[in-house]
Amino acid sequence: MKKAYKIDVDCANCANKMEEAARKTNGVKDASVNFMALKMTVEFAEGADMKAVMQEVRKNCKRVEDDCEIFL
Amino acid sequence: MNKKQKKVLFRIIAAVLCMIALEFLPLEGRIRMGCYMVPYLIIGYDILLKAGKGILNRQVFDENFLMAVATVGAILLGEYAEGTAVMLFYQIGELFQSYAVRKSRKNIGELMDIRPDYANIEEDGRLTKVDPDMVRTGSVIIVQPGEKIPIDGTVVEGKATLDTSALTGESLPRDVREGDAVISGCINLSGVLRIRTSREFGESTVSRILDLVENSSSRKSRSENFISKFARYYTPAVCYGAVALAVLPPLARMLFAHLTPDWNIWIFRALTFLVISCPCALVISIPLSFFAGIGGASNAGVLVKGSNYLETLARTRYVMFDKTGTITQGVFEVSAIHHADMDREKLLEYAALAESYSSHPISRSLQKAYGKPVDQSRVTDVQEVSGKGVIARVDGIRVAAGNSGLMEKLGIPYRECQSAGTVVHMAVDGVYEGHIVIADLAKPNAKEAIRALKKLGMKKTVMLTGDREQAALQTARETGIDEVYSELLPADKVSKVEEFLNIKKPGESLAFVGDGINDAPVLSRADVGIAMGALGSDAAIEAADVVLMDDDPMKIVKAIRISRKCIRIVYENIYFAIGVKAICLLLGAIGAAGMWAAIFADVGVMVIAVLNAIRALYVKNL
Repeated sequence: MKKAYKIDVDCANCANKMEEAARKTNGVKDASVNFMALKMTVEFAEGADMKAVMQEVRKNCKRVEDDCEIFL
Repeated sequence: MNKKQKKVLFRIIAAVLCMIALEFLPLEGRIRMGCYMVPYLIIGYDILLKAGKGILNRQVFDENFLMAVATVGAILLGEYAEGTAVMLFYQIGELFQSYAVRKSRKNIGELMDIRPDYANIEEDGRLTKVDPDMVRTGSVIIVQPGEKIPIDGTVVEGKATLDTSALTGESLPRDVREGDAVISGCINLSGVLRIRTSREFGESTVSRILDLVENSSSRKSRSENFISKFARYYTPAVCYGAVALAVLPPLARMLFAHLTPDWNIWIFRALTFLVISCPCALVISIPLSFFAGIGGASNAGVLVKGSNYLETLARTRYVMFDKTGTITQGVFEVSAIHHADMDREKLLEYAALAESYSSHPISRSLQKAYGKPVDQSRVTDVQEVSGKGVIARVDGIRVAAGNSGLMEKLGIPYRECQSAGTVVHMAVDGVYEGHIVIADLAKPNAKEAIRALKKLGMKKTVMLTGDREQAALQTARETGIDEVYSELLPADKVSKVEEFLNIKKPGESLAFVGDGINDAPVLSRADVGIAMGALGSDAAIEAADVVLMDDDPMKIVKAIRISRKCIRIVYENIYFAIGVKAICLLLGAIGAAGMWAAIFADVGVMVIAVLNAIRALYVKNL
């Protein structure tokens, strides 16, 4: 299951960090951040609870880059 | 500017005023330091907080940390004004960068603003706006003047002029009427259209294009991969370099030269190092250049499926073409009239009338060339001679139109024709009056396109075709193509492409241009497959790397020019950013460049690189 989320982040390097943080989150199979389109595409692992996983992704992203937002 | 940016701007102004005031106050020692803390904290509190958070979250080597260490270090060394100024300029640079990025994002977004928001359907005699996703294939939608066509389909009622420029880059409007297929993304300029949808919204042209462009950045180019690799090693390397610069020279001075260690000087130089080290200029400007290049290209009707293809396209040295539909129009037209005594118009009129009962493509092209309505009542006694032509009476006069076989059958001496194409010999009242040549004509721009390609440094232009040799040679002569291979089967085309792939030198690439029909294997075999006039053809969009939205051969030239401009900008930025940083690092290490140079090397370079990257968006005049 793949889903795209709108994000807000100011620098390209921060976007890379968010991508990495999202990838490392449990329940996420793969994630990619498109800085120019301000879009995060998350591929969820089999049977993951999307809502809960995204909360976790958001928390992890905030930890690496304080100044970011994922619109859930 | 958004709220966040306004707040930063306000802080910048406050800090600047504060610093100006402090310049004129005669303060000394600790009081002076205390006073400088005011503008420093106004401008830098968030950076310090972020740096602190970063350490708590074990994200040490980020730019906030670097800036915090550099400025706090400067202040501890007694350089209050300089430490504050570094923070100030860092914030100004960041503000400028976020403004520029947002702005270019908006520009690109506007360029690609072809997504329709709604579709009109009729319910109980009233128009209702619905989500285009909800419209099922085969429904009838209504598009009013000024609206975008949301879904591909066929016009069932109405006439209109469509603006296709957002899709094709072509500024000439297109007229449509009942029975015409229309594609989504066009803007209806006049007239109400009722359209029966032939696809779902998600499968429609506009959705596919948007999907393609938005996902194009997932195929990274070599330059982008180089930069991310570079950044991975570069930042830590500079940080360790800074530590070494702070510690080793003083130690060496103490131990080996028995001089004073001068800790302050060397630590300050190390701090300068840290400020220079941020790889932001590269990390941000390279993807931005590609994004802008792809955005600008799609606005010009050239869809590029990934930044890697933009790179390959820029290195194109061999262009191979399919003939029919790519170089030629793919429709048969009267290309020459070789007449004897009779007037050419008169000859064409006889031909068009005599052939008027036939539905053969030749008859259609004769009538098209004649251009006037054909009055079939003037034609009597029509007699088709199978495989040879037709004999009929036009206004009572016996007219024979057909190939040489027909003339031989009638025993009329005729003249052979050297032109490529189908020849229609004409005999009127038993006398040979000349012949009409019908051929698949080269596109009007084909010759100019080939010339422009040569000018761009193409080593060879090659045409591959399944057509007869004579016709192929003729087209090649007309357009100036270097080499021709005719009478090829689709599999032969692939092996010809492979032959040229072996000839080309490393670093050069080979492009194949086709109209997408029967070309899929060749399109995918070439370094860059360019499909042309591919609107609505799924197979072509699938197989090609670059899709030209209309079938103008000049678009090939445009695509290459766009890619070259984009790649040039990318290299400019890489060399400029790395060059300036290297020089500043060197000067910083020997003490010739202070904090000011460091600030320029960081934010100044970044701002210039971002501005340069945005240039890739402007491709109109290429």
